[in-house]
Amino acid sequence: MSSNVEKQGGGVLGWIDERFPLTKMLEEHITKYYAPKNFNFWYYFGSLALLVLILQIVTGIFLTMNYKPDGNLAFTSVEYIMRDVNFGWLIRYMHSTGASMFFVVIYLHMFRALLYGSYKKPRELLWVFGMLIYVALMAEAFMGYLLPWGQMSYWGAQVIISLFGAIPFGIGDALTIWLKGDYIVSDATLNRFFALHVIAVPLVLVFLVAAHILALHEVGSNNPDGIEIKKNKNAQGIPKDGIPFHPYYTVKDFLGAVVFLIIFFAIVFFAPEMGGYFLEHANFVPADPLKTPEHIAPVWYFTPFYAILRAVPDKLGGVIAMGGAIFVLFLLPWIDRNPVRSIRYRSVTYKILLFTFAIAFVVLGYMGMQSPTPVGTLISRICAGIYFGYFIALFLVSRNEKNKPVPERVTS
Amino acid sequence: MSANDRKNSAQHASADGSSTSNPAAVDSSLADQVADPKRRRLLVQGVAAVGGLGAVALAVPLLGSMSPSARAKAAGAPVQADISKLTPGQLVTVEWRGKPVWVVSRTEETLKHLEEDTERLSDPASEVEQQPAYAQNAARSIRPETLVVIGICTHLGCSPSYRPEIAPADLGADWDGGFFCPCHGSKFDMAGRVYKGVPAPTNLEIPPYRFVDDNTIIVGEDSGVAA
Repeated sequence: MSSNVEKQGGGVLGWIDERFPLTKMLEEHITKYYAPKNFNFWYYFGSLALLVLILQIVTGIFLTMNYKPDGNLAFTSVEYIMRDVNFGWLIRYMHSTGASMFFVVIYLHMFRALLYGSYKKPRELLWVFGMLIYVALMAEAFMGYLLPWGQMSYWGAQVIISLFGAIPFGIGDALTIWLKGDYIVSDATLNRFFALHVIAVPLVLVFLVAAHILALHEVGSNNPDGIEIKKNKNAQGIPKDGIPFHPYYTVKDFLGAVVFLIIFFAIVFFAPEMGGYFLEHANFVPADPLKTPEHIAPVWYFTPFYAILRAVPDKLGGVIAMGGAIFVLFLLPWIDRNPVRSIRYRSVTYKILLFTFAIAFVVLGYMGMQSPTPVGTLISRICAGIYFGYFIALFLVSRNEKNKPVPERVTS
Repeated sequence: MSANDRKNSAQHASADGSSTSNPAAVDSSLADQVADPKRRRLLVQGVAAVGGLGAVALAVPLLGSMSPSARAKAAGAPVQADISKLTPGQLVTVEWRGKPVWVVSRTEETLKHLEEDTERLSDPASEVEQQPAYAQNAARSIRPETLVVIGICTHLGCSPSYRPEIAPADLGADWDGGFFCPCHGSKFDMAGRVYKGVPAPTNLEIPPYRFVDDNTIIVGEDSGVAA
């Protein structure tokens, strides 16, 4: 410790550094964090996710200044924000668009990990933290969607809470009543969802994001070639294929942020409802506990799992399949047994598998938005089979895969 | 034995004293270096146990506060419905405990359909306890012509739509009238009995109810309670 202090200069920074590891932290995580030099387009989404998280927290704080978490006032307070509060429409549309864009960014970020094997040893825990963020984010989005207290808010919450009712031995029913704080989704439910949405889950999210970044900086970033840059270091112990995060990637991510914000605000200003995908039409009708809308579907980012739920003609079975579809992702680092990370050096079989899986996921997402029909259910069942089949096939195929030779140093 | 223990701990203590310059050795095993490791272990376990008890004691009121409040429980009072204006085939909705309760006037023809094709139903004899004993019959009601049922799908709690028409285009030629849940496609017949091959596991729930007179029913209490 004493040696650290000697190195650092005087002035305000020196005074701080003697009392708080400011320079040390900046160096460790930004100016002397060496990331691989071959990052591509897919590597924008991590920093973009952080950007959207900050946007959501900031806009959320300002929304709570005018929102009322009360069964009788919630719907009108949202309309009040939209019509009477200065720039209320902008803040609310930023928040609602931010929710959907968060999932766009996160899904692309996760797909990047699948492409380049970023979940593999030694990054298993990094992946698990990421999955926990994803689950917390789904809880956050679900509870946030109840707050406008529209028809879709109400019945969406009713359906999702009822999922827990599938647990047998009388636990399920007691649990749903406890979660709702009433025998139906009511004012009590709205109030607690507000509490969880604005403080409990965001705290968990921020903590998990910190853990995710710390784990990343401990093991170092993966890259499109999926090779370990720490294996090739120069005399100073710096990876030969690494470049400091600042200024190289701060500049790159800044460009990504600008392009992202152009798209983001184009949506906020010109299509905040996104044709009913970001804000569903039925949610412009106040919640009515006695009447379910003709067609109810969750917001798009939940629909792949919702389609899996509907594909199973059994209540408990459907809930298990849906939960399993998320849980199996946690196990990915141990399901994929191929030591080669990047898709660039893996077999054609793997490429076909991953491509089919991605298509099945998108089709499930589409089917989850549609009304249930016999043909739709059949398609959902096939795609749900592909979804789970991917992990089984991957487990079997990855053991003895015909890999291409992996280069020693990163390419391009 | 105790003399030995003391001797051992004395040795540990001296080893401790000589190794302070090496920080790695100091935190190697703190429990071994204290004068009486047994006492230390007991204290650590005791503190953990008391702390754990405190955490549980705090969790009870916090988690308990999330259960329905006294006010929410009191809101479950019985409701009365006037059915004198109900025309054949019509459905009216009554709110009981915040849930929709449907009162449907069934025609002779509808009642006849209830006895046909019962193999398409998963529980035609209403063996699963989704109704009071007095409604465990073919029509699942006290009086066959009047159906009283909670309008909440037993799958995930949506409220199904009332589709009394025979063989409409969207529900297929074998539709005899009933309830269709738009959320996940569950189908129920005109007695709220669930069809096979749909997500809903059980028949719709029949609430406790009784007839005050020919034109009035009370939902939420039955003759057993009222008597």
